[in-house]
Amino acid sequence: MRAKQMLATMSHEIRSPLSGVVSMAEILSTTKLDREQKQLLDVMLSSGDLVLQLINDILDLSKVESGVMKLEATKFRPREVVKHVLQTAAASLQKILTLEGHVADDVPIDVIGDVLRIRQILTNLISNAIKFTHEGKVGVKLYLVPEPPFAKEGSQHGSDGSTANQSTTSASKTESYTSTSKTSSDQNEFHGKKNEGLCQNNSHREPGTPVTNGTTDGSEEQVELPATTVWLRCDVYDTGIGIPENALPTLFKKYMQVSADHARKYGGTGLGLAICKQLVELMGGRLTVSSRVNCGSTFTFILPYKGSTSCDSSDDPDDLSDMVDHDAMDEDETAGFFQFLPRTLGSLFSSNGSSRTQKLMPHNIGYAKSHKLDGLSENCYSFPMNNGPPKEIDSAVQISSEPGSSISHSWDPDNKSWICSEKSQAVEMKINTSGPQLPPKRQKKPDVGSLSKLNGRQQVLKNSTTSKPKILLVEDSKINVMVAQSMLKQLGHTIDVVNNGAEAVCAVQKHGYDLVLMDVCMPVMDGLQATRLIRSFEETGNWDAAAKVGIEQDSSQPGHTSPTKRIPIIAMTANALSESADECYANGMDSFVSKPVTFQNLKECLEQYLG
Amino acid sequence: MDLFQLQRRLVDYRASLYHEDFLDEQFSQLQDLQDENNPDFVVEVVTLFFEDSERLLNELAKALEQPIIDFKRVDAHVHQFKGSSSSIGAQRVQKACIAFRNYCEEQNVEGCLKCLQQLRHEYSLVKTKLESMFQLEQQILSAGGSIPM
Repeated sequence: MRAKQMLATMSHEIRSPLSGVVSMAEILSTTKLDREQKQLLDVMLSSGDLVLQLINDILDLSKVESGVMKLEATKFRPREVVKHVLQTAAASLQKILTLEGHVADDVPIDVIGDVLRIRQILTNLISNAIKFTHEGKVGVKLYLVPEPPFAKEGSQHGSDGSTANQSTTSASKTESYTSTSKTSSDQNEFHGKKNEGLCQNNSHREPGTPVTNGTTDGSEEQVELPATTVWLRCDVYDTGIGIPENALPTLFKKYMQVSADHARKYGGTGLGLAICKQLVELMGGRLTVSSRVNCGSTFTFILPYKGSTSCDSSDDPDDLSDMVDHDAMDEDETAGFFQFLPRTLGSLFSSNGSSRTQKLMPHNIGYAKSHKLDGLSENCYSFPMNNGPPKEIDSAVQISSEPGSSISHSWDPDNKSWICSEKSQAVEMKINTSGPQLPPKRQKKPDVGSLSKLNGRQQVLKNSTTSKPKILLVEDSKINVMVAQSMLKQLGHTIDVVNNGAEAVCAVQKHGYDLVLMDVCMPVMDGLQATRLIRSFEETGNWDAAAKVGIEQDSSQPGHTSPTKRIPIIAMTANALSESADECYANGMDSFVSKPVTFQNLKECLEQYLG
Repeated sequence: MDLFQLQRRLVDYRASLYHEDFLDEQFSQLQDLQDENNPDFVVEVVTLFFEDSERLLNELAKALEQPIIDFKRVDAHVHQFKGSSSSIGAQRVQKACIAFRNYCEEQNVEGCLKCLQQLRHEYSLVKTKLESMFQLEQQILSAGGSIPM
């Protein structure tokens, strides 16, 4: 016991100066550093974070075990918690995974519980799931369940000793009240009568002292109100590597990993699940797991919560106000499905990358299929471009952070076409459904200083209010983009940049441009086809041709270009046979500049077509 | 070595790079784009080029290791490499890419492998040269001088 105490104390002492080191490193990373220094610093930061995490885990665990853990009773919204945890995970996601959350309709808007701990548990389970899943998805399902059997059975009285490892509550279901201290504030110390009430496993206590497990006192608290308890079950599921049967029994034990290999390969301290289990049981619930190797795992915890509309018979004025709040429900609160698509999709199909994440407008991403059209062996994607007001549209919140690594263009032999993806995985998108409209809050910091500058320069969405011509640069190579952009900047132009023909068509659908510089060879859709589609619009006044190949424009978004105005489209060609000048003209281009693009060529071209 | 000598050295070094076709006029285009508003432009573009090239070389090696080689894929990578090297004026690398693409078209495995080797070689040469050049520039700047154009 003393050792544990010492460990807890020391951990706390260690934490402060370590925090200091990490903070300094973070500040250092914002200063001007050369590449080598940056790399060294990154190692420092990640190591520091890891150690801090470890110390926090140790502290938590020792707190729970020694019984000094205080549980809070806060009113919170389970949907928001699920969404926030997923958002946070999605923002720092380094792999191609889909994150989703599903909260059943019958889950109350508000419940009362220890939101901090619940968030901790959820985060832990989700990050575990992500860690051990290399493709597919990780998700959360939250739904109401009837009172589970373990809640009814075995009334373990306080004299039983430590209860942290046993989740039990009252034997009698009819004792439906829990003693609480004043309910005037949302944040209370939660005093559960250990063997009554269905909510807490703690013994009650006098206010001001920490809750200790394993003791019951005579009740000095007033048993005030009947409280309704809801049991919520939360499944955290994944399509990951799974857990072998023989590892299941020891999974929740401290310092245990599935195997030594696992520990080496995946890292981690093995403390996470033990803490989760302790916390869940401390709160009166249960944590279980089911898994199949190579299929995936599902971690389930069931917890009791006080429903916050429980206090009907109370004459506490604050409870009434709580109820009034509930009536003011709007769509956001009841939205129960969230989906976070893999990050790369945002960079692929949005014409403006991360600038869009700063807006409050949701963007629909539709279903992607690959067709093989006659004569056009390309992947076709549909992009319903929807910029309408949030509440009217069902859409998923997309976390698209800036891509920190380069997008590789991989050849898909099955479809004989190009796939733009990171890490050479096929792109697949899902249909989104209802979800709340929230601006994504976090963006991943790009790894390379120059890349971030590059992306920063790319995000010029706003049309300048002067009569400066608007130029669209369509180019897939980052280096070429950087060079061309710099040249155009020197010529006094700010430009929009997209990375393939499909994005170019979308951009033209949305904005009017005075000039388009179109690379010919690009993945997803080449410059020739993009030009054909744009010309088709100009000639017919509609985007049918584009829709045919899967580029959909939302009808609520009027086109910004009048069909009669012909945009000068200049090919940037490497002069290979497939990119001959004749072919460019035949597809509707006005002129070409040959690569590598020189300042002089660009200047002359702009003078000719922009006047 | 005093400042003047350093500057002299840089000029000569650069001239030799052009003379030996490591660099061509496109590189001067990059230098022209560097100014007070954009003081590190050349280093930034070249750094980006290095990263991109290393990625491409890895992809090429992987693609050529496959039991059944997808030549279209290999060609696509080389095409990219050709584009980026030409954009920064790395002439010898660009030329190596052109030769490589011919072998891809012929679906000649051995030829491709040899070309990959050649490409790696040219890339590492130009990388070393450029890094040395940047180092020289840095020395000049540290000594308080300015980079001769």
